Amino acid sequence: MAEKYVGQRVKRTEDPRLIQGLGHYVDDIKLADMLHVAFLRSMYAHARITSIDTSEALHAPGVVAVYTGQDVSSKIGQVPCGAALPDLKVPDHRVLATDKVYFVGHPIAAVVATDRYAARDAIDLIIVDYEELPAVIDVEGAASNSTVIHEHFGDNIAYKLTAGEGDIEAALASADHVVKQRLVHQRLAPIAMEPRGVLARYLPGEKELTLWSSTQIPHLMRTQVAIMLGIPENKLRVIAPEVGGGFGSKLNVYAEEALLGWIAMQLARPVKWIETRRENIQATIHGRGQVGYIEIGCKNDGTITGLRYNVFADMGAYHQLLTPAIPTLTGLMLSGCYKIPAIQMNTTAVFTNKMATDAYRGAGRPEATHVIERAMDMVAAKLKMDPVEVRRRNFPTPEEFPFKTATGLFYDSGNYVGALDKALEMADYSKLRKDQAAARKDGKIIGVGVSTYVEICAIGPSAATPAGGWESATVRVEPTGKVTVLTGASPHGQGQETSFAQIAADALGVDLNDIAVVHGDTAIVQYGIGTFGSRATAVGGTALVLALEELTKKATRFAAHLLEAEPESLQFEDGKFSTDGKSVSIQEVALAAHLARNIPADMDPGLSATRFFEPKNFTFPFGTHIVVSEIDRDTGDVKLTKYVAVDDCGKVINPMLVEGQIHGGIVQSIGQALYEELVYDDQGQLVTGTLMDYAVPKAAMIPWLELDRTETPSPVNPLGVKGVGEAGTIGATPAIVNSIVDALSPFGITHLDMPLRPELLWKIVNNAG
Amino acid sequence: MIPAQFDYIAPTTLDEAVALLSQHADDAKVLAGGHSLIPAMKLRLAQPQLLVDIGRIKGLSYIREEGGQIRIGAMTTHYQIESSARLREICPLLPEAAGQIGDVQVRNKGTIGGSLAHSDPAADWPAAALALDAELRAVSSKGERGIKAADFFVDLFTTALEQGEILSEIRIPIPKARTGQAYLKAAQPASGFAVVGVAVSLVRDAAGKCEAAAVGITGVASKAYRAAAVEKALAGASLDEKMIAAAAAHATDGIDANGDLYASAQYRKHLAAVYARRAITAASR
Repeated sequence: MAEKYVGQRVKRTEDPRLIQGLGHYVDDIKLADMLHVAFLRSMYAHARITSIDTSEALHAPGVVAVYTGQDVSSKIGQVPCGAALPDLKVPDHRVLATDKVYFVGHPIAAVVATDRYAARDAIDLIIVDYEELPAVIDVEGAASNSTVIHEHFGDNIAYKLTAGEGDIEAALASADHVVKQRLVHQRLAPIAMEPRGVLARYLPGEKELTLWSSTQIPHLMRTQVAIMLGIPENKLRVIAPEVGGGFGSKLNVYAEEALLGWIAMQLARPVKWIETRRENIQATIHGRGQVGYIEIGCKNDGTITGLRYNVFADMGAYHQLLTPAIPTLTGLMLSGCYKIPAIQMNTTAVFTNKMATDAYRGAGRPEATHVIERAMDMVAAKLKMDPVEVRRRNFPTPEEFPFKTATGLFYDSGNYVGALDKALEMADYSKLRKDQAAARKDGKIIGVGVSTYVEICAIGPSAATPAGGWESATVRVEPTGKVTVLTGASPHGQGQETSFAQIAADALGVDLNDIAVVHGDTAIVQYGIGTFGSRATAVGGTALVLALEELTKKATRFAAHLLEAEPESLQFEDGKFSTDGKSVSIQEVALAAHLARNIPADMDPGLSATRFFEPKNFTFPFGTHIVVSEIDRDTGDVKLTKYVAVDDCGKVINPMLVEGQIHGGIVQSIGQALYEELVYDDQGQLVTGTLMDYAVPKAAMIPWLELDRTETPSPVNPLGVKGVGEAGTIGATPAIVNSIVDALSPFGITHLDMPLRPELLWKIVNNAG
Repeated sequence: MIPAQFDYIAPTTLDEAVALLSQHADDAKVLAGGHSLIPAMKLRLAQPQLLVDIGRIKGLSYIREEGGQIRIGAMTTHYQIESSARLREICPLLPEAAGQIGDVQVRNKGTIGGSLAHSDPAADWPAAALALDAELRAVSSKGERGIKAADFFVDLFTTALEQGEILSEIRIPIPKARTGQAYLKAAQPASGFAVVGVAVSLVRDAAGKCEAAAVGITGVASKAYRAAAVEKALAGASLDEKMIAAAAAHATDGIDANGDLYASAQYRKHLAAVYARRAITAASR
């Protein structure tokens, strides 16, 4: 296929409607007779509910119904956990609390009213008597805490898991040095621009339930909610309309989604719930939440002999869809870009009285990258080597791919030294070091941080995923010659309406504007898995390529029939099939295939193809980020004075989309490194529960980002793409922290836990306790 | 994020507004730009029965010079002050402080009167009002009075405004010749409010020494305050690096500093001295 669009900086076709405010998010959809739902949520982290009195709320103006856990627990199934691990404890997870509440924000009752205000007002009229219980907050202490959250389990341990290969004891024993460090990955809130929202409509005659939900996984949600509600899956339609970002927080099936559907069925009226930002921070999944202990062994020359990571992983009070699986992704990626013969991760996953953790952009891999990239810097500090040299020494060469790690993975392709060298050149690394030495003499506190990362994308082969790791695509050429692409992926900001149109336009030789990419409606689109794990293009885009090939094959045979030629003799170029001076366009073929007056004997009418793609492996994008930081001696303020990133996500369909993903990921990394932290106090109150306390970085806090790429195609899929949705949040955080630790190394600092608030740095610089 | 029920009236004259306030006494709150009150209502921290919106009253939004004073209508937005070329010339502290408030949207809607009357301990305007010796004009059904800025801020979210009084105007003596001013702030990264904000207005004598200085500090304590010890140390002093640092070191003398997750009391006090030093230095340039 001629590449007219693929590889080009095509402007996002989604943007005109979005920047004009013409997009339709859940809250923009209004149905006749629609009712509104508000939730009473627990103000305690851990308490027994001794009574709930809803009588006054029921009589409040505009209130139609009030439901509590007692009303629904026997009617609606459990909130699903899709992760399967040996001896995993899965708590009973009802859509509303029944006898106990387990975290601040835990839903207790739903009020249905004629408007949002009436519903919210009535919440204050529900009287709940609580018997407060001690809260389990500390992650490391949870396993031995005498307060047991789910009493019948006997303790707060959700699971214990040892993973990795190689003789770790021998590996560490053979090392010249073993560097040890405790390391905290703080809890974060994903903060999608659009909070969650659900609109449910039930048609009693047709017995059809429709859910509009701000979700990344409409099909998986349909299956799960149908099971929860006990209704036939083919009578449930899930529509993900415009979705204003997810970052993994909408890769889930939430209590509210099933409950809204159930309420719509009870009342036979449409019901809507739009999450407030406060609810979003309290009761939408959180990310990260690990406290771990690193032991890394190295030889005097910098060769790494082995890595052990003993980690306490904070599950929160319940499992959401993938909660227990997230730390296993950390375990898979602990080898980073390096040849490490023995790796062991010992996970103790614990329940705490907090909202569940789950997949937040990067999902377990930022933790792994932070561990290994911090560890490499600590090794360099120990050996007094340049951190770049230590990394270089342990890289596999491009010829060593597929590269097998001691975590059981086969990295598909890579040229780590290529990306590193390019970044070093862009940043002028040796000059940076000279400048740093000079600036230090002038009393300045300047650091240079490097991170060479690899991550795991294109999730994933079905054997490694809970609900299928494939993706689907349908391509249709309509009778008028317009092309419809139906993808099972569910883009919510990534821009696949544009990039998939680029792929289809090149394959069919048609104009980009003649292609509509449709997604997110289970009644229109064939079953799909959804958008998460940087998979949509690598897996969904490949399904599209396969469908385009099949459709082109059929069109070729059809064109040959129309031109009275052999299919093998046809040229297909710029949307035209030609041979011997005769030609027919793909649009003409489509019309003829639909009119079907003259079709080959062994062919069906119509011109469409559907394909499902099952990847044989993950893909492994990589890159190098270099950060220069300067710390204000008087205040501890950090200024990132230079940011260079060279990312390799395989073949690039649209450089602008790739850069957008990298920009966004780096910004969220800056958030984690410097500003963001979900803080629960000892009683389990969420101290940073609003955006006045939880600091999401703003544009003015972001340095100029100098980006470039290398392109190492993936052998896993015909497009050669790897995925780029999460790379920024994976590669950037350790580069920033390494830079600041480097800046403070003259003060004896070898490690700091995030977020690196100014006060902490000021204390180090001024030795103020 | 959804306020409790309230009534709303938008009077068109100040007389009407003060009449409404005296009529509804405890139940009414004045709505100006809505950038402090509405967020508090959305969290149900504030649940007024009645909002008296003074945004439709004509003649409350202006910047003029009269009687040796700069007079600013209470409903003047931060942006109007930030973008005033005349203020930049005669009283640069005002546009400088205005430009550091919130973000563009906040500055386009929020008003100087609303912010001062709210007396948020981390708001920017109180520091500037104190450093500029502002007089705040209050109107009620009983008449009009002036309150000195130094007497206006009583405590956390509490001012000297009495029940039924509306802040109508801010009067600031036009700074003398050889006045230098600055407002510098350490912003909380989430809220943008001042962890520490220091406003300085100082007058130099013909020799370049500090004749008099006024320093207003916000963010540190339960209310903004005048840093009297800093002012005293600056009066008559030469404005060299050493003198400035020595004076700034008194920024929190006698002050009980706030501490929170982002900044402990100890760090806040330190920041106050650093920002005082920097603001005095900037003002003396």
